[in-house]
Amino acid sequence: MSSAAVFLFLATFLACAVEAVEATTVVVAAGVTRGWRSSLQGVAAGIAVLAVIVAALGPAIASIPLSPLRLVVGALLLVFGLGWLRKAILRASGHKSLHDEDLLYKKHLEAARSAGGAPRHGIVHDGYAFTLACKAVVLEGLEVAFIVVTFGANAHDLPLAAIAAAAAIAVVVAIAFAVKGPLAKVPENTIKFVVGILLTSFGTFWGAEGAGARWPGSDASLAGLIPLVALFAVCAVGVLRGRRSEPAASAPTPAEAVA
Amino acid sequence: MSTAWRLVRAFGLFWWDFIVGDDYTMAIAVVVGLGAVAALHAVKVTSWWSLPVIWAVAVAWSLRRATGPKPAGPEPAGPKP
Repeated sequence: MSSAAVFLFLATFLACAVEAVEATTVVVAAGVTRGWRSSLQGVAAGIAVLAVIVAALGPAIASIPLSPLRLVVGALLLVFGLGWLRKAILRASGHKSLHDEDLLYKKHLEAARSAGGAPRHGIVHDGYAFTLACKAVVLEGLEVAFIVVTFGANAHDLPLAAIAAAAAIAVVVAIAFAVKGPLAKVPENTIKFVVGILLTSFGTFWGAEGAGARWPGSDASLAGLIPLVALFAVCAVGVLRGRRSEPAASAPTPAEAVA
Repeated sequence: MSTAWRLVRAFGLFWWDFIVGDDYTMAIAVVVGLGAVAALHAVKVTSWWSLPVIWAVAVAWSLRRATGPKPAGPEPAGPKP
């Protein structure tokens, strides 16, 4: 293998791995917190949409404007992530019940049943998980296809670029499967807290990029953005616990609440 | 209620619930934040910082509203719970 081919493989592998990590993070987050069935259905739907787009456009895929897609997906992720983060902060600071969502879900289910609405137990059980996973896969999958086409075309070796992309996705998915088991042992509220931070971070990143911003360091800025969002959330929990007027005997400690 | 209308209503409710949720201020913050990024970008000013700043202010305000003292009003009639 020539040095140009090695460079093409490594550059494509790393670029696609970054995109795959972003998509996988959202899918795992949706799967762990909302359930794997709907999340994996979202992944399957996203892959099907991608396959149709790639088959229909072929190399012309490089001309798809990614900014509007980033804007829409980023905005939706951010608005969803902020909602989760807000609830997670309220729970961790003792201002909200730790397990109110099951109750809320049952209430909505009862309301839908009493209104004679469509039953929720269709093919897709959880529209949130399905939509989140599907959007992440379509957006990041298009970016992977874009990378393969541009890197491969520039180096006149599209098959090698495609192999590198497939290898990157396989490695990232294998790692995700490996951490899936240990993640299931993490307390539910810790997961929800972390997912709120991740969705908010990714939504901020993609949304701002879609609106025209250029992040310092490009994708690497996520490594700074995620800890900053986490710091904001932890500080908010600290401040709210300080403001809590009721005796804290029945409330969990910050560590217990997040955990 | 026809099946088509029920489907349209369920679709609309799903997206309303997905986007607005239980606190509309988050959706407003995202729209304002993305608008600020686009506006700053249009006048060639570094814009990436504006979105996180705007949502952080909105979340702080929303949390304060959710946990702060309730506005004073007339005492409700009847026995206290």
